[in-house]
Amino acid sequence: MLNEAGKARPHYRTFHRWLKQQSDTLMGLKRAEAELIFRRVGITFAVYGDDLGAERTIPFDQIPRIFSAQEWAQLEAGLRQRVQALNCFISDIYHAEAIIKAGIVPAEQIFNNAQYRPEMRNVDVPRDIYAQIAGIDIVRAGAGEFYVLEDNLRVPSGVSYMVEDRKMMMRLFPDLFQEQRIAPVEHYPDLLLECLKSVKPSDVKKPNVVVLTPGMYNSAYFEHTYLALQMGVELVEGKDLYVKNEQVFMRTTQGPERVDVIYRRIDDDFLDPLAFRSDSTLGVAGLLSAYRAGNVTLANAIGTGVADDKSIYPYVPEMIQFYLGEKPILNNVPTFQCRKPEDLAYTLAHLSELVVKETHGAGGYGMLVGPAASKAEIESFRVHLKANPEKYIAQPTLALSTCPTFVESGIAPRHIDLRPFVLSGKTVKMVPGGLTRVALKEGSLVVNSSQGGGTKDTWVLEK
Amino acid sequence: MLSRTADCLYWMARYTERAENTARMLDVSHQTSLLPQPEQFLEQSWKKLLTISKLEDDFGSKYDAINRHNVLDFMIYENTNPSSIVSCLYSARENARVIRGRITSEVWETQNTTWLELQTILVNRERSDHSRFLDWVKHRCHLVRGVIQGTMLKNEALYFLGIGTLIERADNTARILETKYEIQENLKQIPTKKELEEESGDSFFDFYHWASLLRSVSAFEIYRQIYSDQITPKKVAELLIFNPQMPRSLVSCVNELIPLMAAVRNQDSREIERLLGKLKASLEFSDIDEVFSQGLEEFMEVFLARINHIADDFSNTFLIPLAVA
Repeated sequence: MLNEAGKARPHYRTFHRWLKQQSDTLMGLKRAEAELIFRRVGITFAVYGDDLGAERTIPFDQIPRIFSAQEWAQLEAGLRQRVQALNCFISDIYHAEAIIKAGIVPAEQIFNNAQYRPEMRNVDVPRDIYAQIAGIDIVRAGAGEFYVLEDNLRVPSGVSYMVEDRKMMMRLFPDLFQEQRIAPVEHYPDLLLECLKSVKPSDVKKPNVVVLTPGMYNSAYFEHTYLALQMGVELVEGKDLYVKNEQVFMRTTQGPERVDVIYRRIDDDFLDPLAFRSDSTLGVAGLLSAYRAGNVTLANAIGTGVADDKSIYPYVPEMIQFYLGEKPILNNVPTFQCRKPEDLAYTLAHLSELVVKETHGAGGYGMLVGPAASKAEIESFRVHLKANPEKYIAQPTLALSTCPTFVESGIAPRHIDLRPFVLSGKTVKMVPGGLTRVALKEGSLVVNSSQGGGTKDTWVLEK
Repeated sequence: MLSRTADCLYWMARYTERAENTARMLDVSHQTSLLPQPEQFLEQSWKKLLTISKLEDDFGSKYDAINRHNVLDFMIYENTNPSSIVSCLYSARENARVIRGRITSEVWETQNTTWLELQTILVNRERSDHSRFLDWVKHRCHLVRGVIQGTMLKNEALYFLGIGTLIERADNTARILETKYEIQENLKQIPTKKELEEESGDSFFDFYHWASLLRSVSAFEIYRQIYSDQITPKKVAELLIFNPQMPRSLVSCVNELIPLMAAVRNQDSREIERLLGKLKASLEFSDIDEVFSQGLEEFMEVFLARINHIADDFSNTFLIPLAVA
C-alpha cells in the first residue's frame, strides 16, 4: 500500500485516506460481523486431518489488495499468454510431441511423470483446449515485477471466495464503492458457463452442463454448490451419472437425461474406476470411454496435471517462446531441479535460504520454508531430500509484497499472493481480480487456507 | 431434477416431521407420566412408546430398565437411535446441506441455526428441562415448514418436500392410534361392541389416556371444538382417521398427497397414483363403525402396510432406489 517513503501509492490513496478515518473499534465490529455472516451462511472450508474443526470459515481480512488499471493490464496479458502456451503444450505432448523433438523438454520428464495419461494419446478435445479453467498463483516482488509461483491446471479452487469476499466488502463498506470505480467480478459464473458451453461436443446443439463434485465432505464442497447454483446447472455426484453406449446420463425424477459437458472437481485418479483407481467410489464407470468417443467434454481435460507439475514449471518460459514466438511477460521464479546433481548440491548447501517443494505436492503440504524452519526441521528434511532428490525442486524466497492486514495487534503488514482465474473456451476470458490469499502469521510465506491463511478482496481500479 | 436431490428433499422433510412427532409424543408421555396411575400402566406406556417406532431391541441393548429417564434419554439424545430427536435433526440438516443449492438460503439457514443451537443445548444437557427442550424442537420444526412455504418456489422441489412431510405424518398418526388403542385393550380388556356403541368407558383414567393421544397430535382443542362432547375412543379415532379438516388425519394426508403426486408424475408413476387413489377411495367410502367392526388395530395395520408400500414404490420410482441406498 505504501511506498518506501511511507506515502500511499497512487492507486491506494483514496482507500488509505478512508482507512485513516476509521476507528479501531469500528473495524473490529465489522470484522466480527463478517465472521458471523460467513458462519451463518455456511461459507466454510473443511481442513483435512482436523476432526474438531471439521468446518471452519476462512479468515477474511477487510483491507483490500488494490491494483491499478495499468498493473492489471500487464498482468492480464501475461496470464493469457501463459495459459495459451500451456494449452498448446498439453495438446502437443499428447499428439505430435514437437517440443520433445525440438529438445526443449526432456522426454523422461513427461513420460515418466505420474500425471501423464497414456489414455489421452491422440485423443482430440473440443477446440484443442485442455485447461478450460486455470488458476495461476502470482506474487509481486517490485513495481510491475510479477512472478508466477505455480500453475494450477487440474481443479483449481477458491473462486467462490473471490466473489463472496467482494459481496462482503460491498455489504460492510458500501461507501467505498461509491467513491471509486472498482471493476466488478461477480459475473464470473456467467463467463464460466459460457466457456463450458463453448467446448461442448460438436454434435450437440444445446449442451447440458453439470458440475461433478466428490461430495459434501470435500473441502471445497461449498464452492461446488455455489458455482452450480450460480450457473443454474445441476450439481452431481458420481452415483448420479452412468454411461450407456458411450454416452453419459444422469438419473432424474423424470428418467435419464443426457449430459454433455462435465465441469469436474474430482481428480483424474478418481474419475473412472474402470480406467484409473478401481477403488474409487466417487467416479463414473465408463466415463473415459465416453470421453474418448467424444460424446462428453470434461473440463478440465484428463491429463492436464503433467503441465502444472513443479518439474515442468521451469520450462514454461521456453514453451511461450516455442509455441507463441513471444517473449514471456510474467517471470518464473528461478528454480533448482534437485534431480540435477549440480542443482541438488546447491540446494543442500543453501537449505536455510530456500523454499523446497515436492514436485507433485499441493496445498502447502510437504514443503520446507528454509528461513522460517528450525535447525532440526532442516536436518530432517535434508534426509528426505537426499533419499528422493527427483521428488523436489527448490526456489529462493522472494521479497514478497506485503499488504496491511488487520491482525490481533492492529494493522500490520503480511505477505500475500494472488490467484487469478483464466477461462479458455471460444475465447480467453478473465474477470479483473482474483483470490488474494494472506499469510496471517507474522513473517510467514505460506498462504494456503489449509495452513491458516486468510483471504482479502482484490480490487482492480478502473481508469 | 436429479433423483438424489429429490431424495434429499424428501428425507429432509421426513426427518423434520419425525423430529416434531417424536417431540410431541415424548412431551405428552412425559406429562401423563406425572399423573397418579398404576405402576404397571406407567411401564407399559413407556414401552409402547418404543414399540411405536419399533425400537424395543435397540433400547434393550443399551438400557436395563424401561423408565422415564431412560426412555427420554434414548428418544431425545441417543445418536445410535435413528429416530431420536438429535438423530432426526442431524439427518434433516445433513440432507439440507447436500442440496443447499436447491432450497432457499432461508430454509438452509433455518436448518443450520437449529443444528447450531442444538449444539449449545447438548453441552448443557444435564441441566436441560425436557418440556422446554421439546417445545423448542416443535417450534423449530414449525419454523422450517413455515420458511419452506413462505420462501420456496412452487415447483418440483416443494412437491417432494410436501410428499415427505405427508407420508411421515400419515405413518405417525396411524402408529399412534394403533399403539394407544392396543394399550387400552391390554389394560382394560377389549371393550365390547355394545359398550363402544353406548360410548361409555369414560372413567377418569380413560379420559387422560385419550386426551393424551389427542394432545400428541395437537387435536385436543380441535376435538372439543368439533364434538363439544366427552372424549371417547370412537370419536377420537373418527377425528384422526376421517376428518378431512383435521391436518393430521389420515384422510387429510392422503387427500393432500394426491395432487402432489400428480404434479411430479413421470412415465413410471401411474401405479403409485393408482394405489393412492384406491387408498383415498377406501377411506372415503368407509366410516368409523366399519372400522370398529373390523377392529381398529387390524385397520391400522392394513393402512400402514398400504402407505408404506406407496412410500417404497415412490422411492424406487423417483428417488434413489431403496436397495441402492
